Amino acid sequence: MIGITGFGAYVPRLRLPREAAAQANAWYAPQFVSRKGARAFANWDEDSVTMAVAAARDCLGPSEHRSHVRAVLLATNTPPFAERLNSAIIAGALTLDDDIEAADLGGSQRVALTALTQGIARATAFPGDVLVLAADRRKARPGSAQELEYGDGAAAALIGRDNVLAEFLGSAALSVDFVDHFRATGQETDYHWEERWVRDEGVSKLMPKAVAGALRQAGVTAAQVDHFLFPTSFARMDAEIAKTCGFSGEAVAASLMERIGDCGAAHGLLMLADVLERAKPGEIILLAGFGGGAQAIVLRATPLVETFKPQRGVRAWIARGKEDRSYTRFLSFGGQLQLERGMRGEQDRKTALSTAWRHRSALLGLVAGKCRVTGSVHFPPSRLSYDPQGPLQDTQEPYKLADRPARVLSWSAEYLSYHPSPPHHYGQIDFDGGGRILMDFTDLDVGEVDSGTPMEMVFRIKDIDSLRGYVRYFWKATPARDA
Amino acid sequence: MASGVKDKVAILGMGCSRFGERWDASPEDLMLEAYNEAMQDAGITPDQLGAAWFSTHMDDVGAGRGGTPMSIALRLPNIGVTRVENFCAGGSEAIRAAVYAVAAGACDIAIALGVEKLKDTGYGGLPVATVGTYIPQWYPNAVAPANFAQVAAAYRYKHGVDPQTLKRAIAHVSVKSHANGAKNPKAHLRKPITEAQCLSAPIIAAPLGLFDCCGVSDGAAAAIVTTPDIARGLGKRDLVTFKALQVACSNGWEMQSNGWDGSYFHTARIAAKRAYAEAGVERPRDEISLTEVHDCFSITELVTMEDLFLSDEGSAVRDVLDGDFDAEGRAPCQIDGGLKCFGHPVGASGIRMLYEIYLQLNGRAGARQLRNPKLGLIHNLGGQPSQNVCAVSIVGREGA
Repeated sequence: MIGITGFGAYVPRLRLPREAAAQANAWYAPQFVSRKGARAFANWDEDSVTMAVAAARDCLGPSEHRSHVRAVLLATNTPPFAERLNSAIIAGALTLDDDIEAADLGGSQRVALTALTQGIARATAFPGDVLVLAADRRKARPGSAQELEYGDGAAAALIGRDNVLAEFLGSAALSVDFVDHFRATGQETDYHWEERWVRDEGVSKLMPKAVAGALRQAGVTAAQVDHFLFPTSFARMDAEIAKTCGFSGEAVAASLMERIGDCGAAHGLLMLADVLERAKPGEIILLAGFGGGAQAIVLRATPLVETFKPQRGVRAWIARGKEDRSYTRFLSFGGQLQLERGMRGEQDRKTALSTAWRHRSALLGLVAGKCRVTGSVHFPPSRLSYDPQGPLQDTQEPYKLADRPARVLSWSAEYLSYHPSPPHHYGQIDFDGGGRILMDFTDLDVGEVDSGTPMEMVFRIKDIDSLRGYVRYFWKATPARDA
Repeated sequence: MASGVKDKVAILGMGCSRFGERWDASPEDLMLEAYNEAMQDAGITPDQLGAAWFSTHMDDVGAGRGGTPMSIALRLPNIGVTRVENFCAGGSEAIRAAVYAVAAGACDIAIALGVEKLKDTGYGGLPVATVGTYIPQWYPNAVAPANFAQVAAAYRYKHGVDPQTLKRAIAHVSVKSHANGAKNPKAHLRKPITEAQCLSAPIIAAPLGLFDCCGVSDGAAAAIVTTPDIARGLGKRDLVTFKALQVACSNGWEMQSNGWDGSYFHTARIAAKRAYAEAGVERPRDEISLTEVHDCFSITELVTMEDLFLSDEGSAVRDVLDGDFDAEGRAPCQIDGGLKCFGHPVGASGIRMLYEIYLQLNGRAGARQLRNPKLGLIHNLGGQPSQNVCAVSIVGREGA
């Protein structure tokens, strides 16, 4: 048996109410002021790589044993880097083994489904699990409908042969140049053709063909489908396709878009993660995706489906959302509004790539050194360890900190320097079991932390080198929240 | 056991420029201002100088790197000029080098000079420093106020001090320094302030407000040192001599192990103990007449009273509020206004601290002169709470 052996998701914390954004632009685009719901938007220090890491951690849990993952496939249309293997950054953050395969995929809204079938093919041919990740941080023009419809988010699915939660039954794809929207290389925003044409000539004709093909390959009838997952921002489009395909109305899965927006390449996997959390053994799941053609995948939940729990899960990520009505913050975090930085913002953020490689385990994986003699934990790791009797040499062994509980020892929030989200919070973090790092805090409100506050680690953008277009990543502390 | 520097080296002369926003002056002008005063005070000519140590921190915005900026600015007679840099404690390092050279007999007369030109950056506060290629990849883009503000958080947590009381105590530190600085004609800030002003000032780095932070200034200071015998030979009487020069440098323990609680300066306690031992000071609270400490931020001065053993651990809040370190208190601190008001031209600050104690011991401190001081302590800190260099020096009347 081959199929999904784990799943996870991530939705960034901030929610922009559509009405708040529309109000800001009401003078220009009054047609949007009655839009309901909210869209999730990423903090300034999040992108498709960091969100994919968060979804992968939600899927893999705190386990230190990750050698079973033999490949990482990242599906995104918003990769931070056109060249620099984005999936390898993720692999480093997850402390996966060096000798794995990793690839970035993109080009359509259904790319995550392609990544799933590629993952299934790989897991069929090679030993080990395949970690399929999908993430998007989408940009749209201010004042556009897409600005309100889009959302940011990520999801993960682990493919393997052991402890399968949802068995792969079949898949079919149509790959054709139906251009509902496009974005040329180097462009920031999408160009969309008329919605009525896309619905009538595109989705309505291509999607049912792919669904029929997948059902045929799976040997499943339409009536047997318990969950039909089709992410679309077109109103009632999912129900229309369900009807065309012969699925029951109850089978149509919640799109989640009202609360978080359309998370692009990640949205299908987000819905899958949501459905898998509640699926019953034996239920048939059909995941459909549109873009550059259409694709459908059929899965059947196994008895083990009820035994797996992601670290937080889709609903918990959604529930922890924090409403933020500041439209200018949304624009600024998305790089669409250049605020005055002051002279302190002029500092060069050039990254020495040779240094980054030398220290990759500490920088990407947050791996410290633990002295095997005294048990003391050192970050960054070093050849010498502290000992009251004098330093010990070459006694440190790799010791991962990313999933360990931690607390604030000391902190401040400063308004002096340039920071994309003032005040700049940072402080000393002490890890349970040893280890201390002076580090940045993120995703928190003024007054939320004090000495002693429990914190957890998140992988984020450390600095943006706008002169050279480079982004460097590191870990930050965020308040440990129940949800 | 080393015998230390006690009474082996005397101050022959000192000088200090006016500190402040010296739009009129380049680093060379500031150096000359301090040098002229020191040379006149010493009563010597340049050819009598044997060696020089030059302290400046921000080489990219100030005087520049190496020893040549000082040698060229002062047209020194081709003596050795060595630049020293140890964050904000560089001034104390220049003094230490000059004193060691004289104590060792390597030269008869040595000069230590520090200068910083910070007001050509275009903005307030210290310039952002470069720290190599590895640290910026993980370490926060830290700024001094937020580094030192961390001490307030940890101190409050450790000693169970409520935020309002701590805020009021550190406000008292600044109110006192402003009152002192108002009497110092060379000081950068010369306006008294009230506690209410302090408490309502904009927050720079929680919980530190504007008046909890020292400004940054342009300025220079110089010290000329020699042996007591040579000083007497040059006609000097009532000599001020060095009793102790100690420096302790962090080795990463505070920052990387879990042993330090963040509420104090580990190096300051080590340097203070060593300095008291070198100077033969057994009861600091009775013997130290005045202190010039590194009050870059009000919270730093407060916890430093404990680190120097002038307050019991956890008692500095009460002692500060009781006025123990005010001009009329048991151990006046920052009688010249300190970094807070005299100003903080980084590379010069350690020498400026010595300048004030020298004036006080000589009875030359004008309106702020204390009654009959005998021993003065200098605490000069560089870096930040979790990794720093701390210099503690003690000077006094010869034989005291």
